[in-house]
Amino acid sequence: MKALAARRRHPAAIAVLILLGLLVTGGAYSFLAPKQAQATTVTADSVAQGKKLFIGNCASCHGLNAQGTGEGPSLVGVGAASVDFQVGTGRMPLAGPAVQAPQNPGKVKFDEAQIAALSAYVASLAPGPAVPDGEYTTPIAPGDEVAAGQTLTNSQRIARGGEIFRVNCAMCHNFAGAGGALTRGKYAPALTGTTPTHVYEAMITGPQSMPVFNDTNITPAGKQEVISYLDAIDNQTNVGGMTLGNLGPVSEGLFAWVFLLGLMIASAVWLGKKAA
Amino acid sequence: MSTINETRPAEALRDGDPDVEQERADTKPLGGIAGWLDDRTGGAKPASHFLKKVFPDHWSFMLGEIAMYSMIICLLTGVFLTFWYVPSMTQVVYNGSYVPLQGVTVSDAYSSTLNISFDIRGGLLIRQIHHWGALIFVVSVFVHMTRVFFTGAFRKPREINWVLGTLLSMLACIEGFAGYSLPDDLLSGTGIRAMNGFVQSIPIVGSYVSYFIFGGAFPGEAIIPRLYSVHVLLLPAVLVGVFTAHILFVVIHKHTQFPGPGRTNNNVVGFPLMPVYMAKAGGFFFIVFGIIALVSAVVSINPIWGYGPYDPSPITAGSQPDWYMGFADGALRLLPGFLEFDTFGFTWSMNIFPGSILLLPIMWTVIGVYPFVESWVTGDKREHHLLDRPRNAPTRAGIGVAGITAYTVLLFASGNDLMAIKLHLSINDLTQLFRLLFFIGPPIAFWLTKRICLSLQRADRQKVLHGRETGTIWRYPDGRFEEIHAPLSPFERWALVQHESPEPLRISAEADENGVASPLARKERVRAKLSHFYFNDRVAPPTPSELEAAHHHGDEVDEGHLLTGEHEAIDPATTGDSSSTPRETIKADRKRST
Ligand code: HEC
Ligand code: HEC
Ligand code: HEM
Repeated sequence: MKALAARRRHPAAIAVLILLGLLVTGGAYSFLAPKQAQATTVTADSVAQGKKLFIGNCASCHGLNAQGTGEGPSLVGVGAASVDFQVGTGRMPLAGPAVQAPQNPGKVKFDEAQIAALSAYVASLAPGPAVPDGEYTTPIAPGDEVAAGQTLTNSQRIARGGEIFRVNCAMCHNFAGAGGALTRGKYAPALTGTTPTHVYEAMITGPQSMPVFNDTNITPAGKQEVISYLDAIDNQTNVGGMTLGNLGPVSEGLFAWVFLLGLMIASAVWLGKKAA
Repeated sequence: MSTINETRPAEALRDGDPDVEQERADTKPLGGIAGWLDDRTGGAKPASHFLKKVFPDHWSFMLGEIAMYSMIICLLTGVFLTFWYVPSMTQVVYNGSYVPLQGVTVSDAYSSTLNISFDIRGGLLIRQIHHWGALIFVVSVFVHMTRVFFTGAFRKPREINWVLGTLLSMLACIEGFAGYSLPDDLLSGTGIRAMNGFVQSIPIVGSYVSYFIFGGAFPGEAIIPRLYSVHVLLLPAVLVGVFTAHILFVVIHKHTQFPGPGRTNNNVVGFPLMPVYMAKAGGFFFIVFGIIALVSAVVSINPIWGYGPYDPSPITAGSQPDWYMGFADGALRLLPGFLEFDTFGFTWSMNIFPGSILLLPIMWTVIGVYPFVESWVTGDKREHHLLDRPRNAPTRAGIGVAGITAYTVLLFASGNDLMAIKLHLSINDLTQLFRLLFFIGPPIAFWLTKRICLSLQRADRQKVLHGRETGTIWRYPDGRFEEIHAPLSPFERWALVQHESPEPLRISAEADENGVASPLARKERVRAKLSHFYFNDRVAPPTPSELEAAHHHGDEVDEGHLLTGEHEAIDPATTGDSSSTPRETIKADRKRST
């Protein structure tokens, strides 16, 4: 892991990562967990519709048969989950060259049926991770009940999700999922507002610089706990008041220098002007 | 104790003595409780002396007060926190009311801090007041320090107080760091982890020192209790002690004042401490407290429940220390990794050591010795109770801004990752940029500041000689246009001409009769060079004769008005006229002749 970390900055890292991502998602995943339930019913109809959409919108970069071109990687074996994630978060179709495809939740170009069709088409090329069904993408509601097959209470499972998150994700996405910087202009985006399904898909497909978290790495139940934790901190009342973006001491320091000191000096000036 | 009320023989010996008891009762204006207290403590005299102290009024003189009040606020709220905080690294299972952590194994320290935040009435508010108070404390100490620097308030006789202040600012930062580490959350634990790395980077002894501090291998069980003793006992005691000395010196030296009508090096113009300044200062305490409390009530700080408990394996993106330690973190981020090397079986971590350990003593030493360096260079050993307007000491202002620039570059570098995200830039490019800025920023800042000061001085000079521009344009019968300059009042003018503008020190005897350069001469040559650096570009304030000449030139509309009584205003500063020899030369002459 250490050696890997050291080579992250290497120019070839992107290529290696994409390759690795493809390999891992397309290859290893299908070995490890090939039997995940298919969320959308695949019909020959939707595959054909997906192919049409693909040729119209994606082929310029990904090639007519999704085999990849100089402009975009091959999508053979990336699976329905990857397409659903990339298109559903507004990343694809890529608007233009950038260090990384930006998420764009406000500008998703296709409706759900079209995304399903696109996913079905890409999934039909080679097996890959499927779009998860609702079982593991519904956030756990906090409480003292113990769900069937679990040893921990619901609240404790959310807390365990927090531990998983801190160990596996916080180094890139920040403790509150506020996002963080990676090398050379790349970044791990903020996770606030990302739908549970997309969070799940991000973990199983590992978009760009993000590693893949397969089911032995983090079990589906563990992934659900992570999703529940993100949901819990997203919905909690901020007991301390305004969070200043949850960016830690930097935003606090800035606030102290600009706002607090400004107020103090303003009142010192005001008091100095007061006649004795 | 005798109960018999008769005059004893020995009493007769005191017959001629003045009746002290009686006299005091007669002259003492105090009655009631104050009188009762005075009889027993004799405190009235010093107290009234103190209360009659005069303080000049200027908003920048309140910066020190902001520091003082926020320190007091931290002391008070800190006591509250000690009632519930448990300084222990014993692992417990958290079962408090914060759901996303229920059932997680955490340390006592972390769990008790969570309890203060969620389960103790008012606890979170007090925690936030304590932390915001600490931030503004260090902010105001630094701003206070820049005020003292740029106005030259550190000059004789206040050098010791400057050194004490330097010490205070360093202690404040360390106190903050110790406190910040106490909750044992992921972020502060990362800070301690980093500190461990810094300590280990000390050549040769690093690992021993680390074992010594942590009572074994990191993290151990000892660090939190130890930091606790440092944070609530050791450093507050030292801080309050040094602070008291600092304030005593202010009373002894009297406060400085900005030059103005009637203000001389030998008086203080302002209001007596009692009642005017007391009311103002007391009121200001509540304003400071109010602002901090208000901010603490609405803005979250250090949300430790979000960071999670400390655990050596995870880390969060955006791990930074509190701002006052940011400059060291930034220095660390800027140091290139290739500086580490091995020789003699030791690893020399020069990629870490200079930024994290060495930087602190260097920075504070440079700050601490500045007054002594300046007075050596300028040869100025006189007492100064009138402040400089920053523009009238252009080189000092330049040095100050250069230092602030270097510090700011380091501080900003510690936020390079957040800047990269927010500004959509590459963190690598930002790091390179900061490396560059660290070296070229200070000289540029120095040059710019000095130029700005000099042009401000020139503008002042113009204003004195030709009056204030009114913006009114006159057209003469011959078609000429001219802007009308209004004369300055003697008071206004005084403020612009009272300062002195020393000429660079000149040195002539570089070698003795035998042509051997004497060590003294060499030292003096360095000094002359530095003096040249300080005073070579100078804009002298106008002299009375120059002013006279300007008047005859007929620049003002109302000459008659101007010519009355402005000479008193201009004389005191420039006694001896422009031909007077600057004191530096005299000084050097004397040295040469010895
Ligand atoms: C302008 C060129 C471009 C267009 C148009 C485009 N893509 Fe992409 N796509 C890329 C590039 C480049 C990448 C790889 C880097 C990245 O993910 O940002 C990529 C990556 C992907 C991935 C992730 C592959 C993986 O390894 O998991 C998927 C899925 C994808 N695209 C689907 C689509 C779909 C579906 C469309 C059409 C709706 C589309 N793309 C349109 C350029 C494009
Ligand atoms: C090596 C750093 C890294 C780690 C570790 C990491 N991520 Fe990511 N993550 C990324 C990057 C980079 C992206 C952006 C990918 C893109 O834009 O295509 C991302 C994107 C995401 C997204 C999509 C966000 C959006 O708004 O569309 C989610 C959700 C996500 N990650 C969740 C996780 C979770 C959960 C974990 C831990 C199990 C995790 N990540 C671990 C780097 C990381
Ligand atoms: C614990 C932190 C500090 C506190 C509470 C504090 C408080 C004060 C107060 C209340 C004054 C009198 C009013 C004023 O000039 O603002 C003062 C004066 C002074 N302070 Fe500080 N100060 C602190 C830190 C510093 C630092 C860091 C320095 C510089 C390194 C410094 C140097 C001075 C000097 C030289 C004076 C005398 C200035 C004058 O008389 O004009 N102090 N301080």
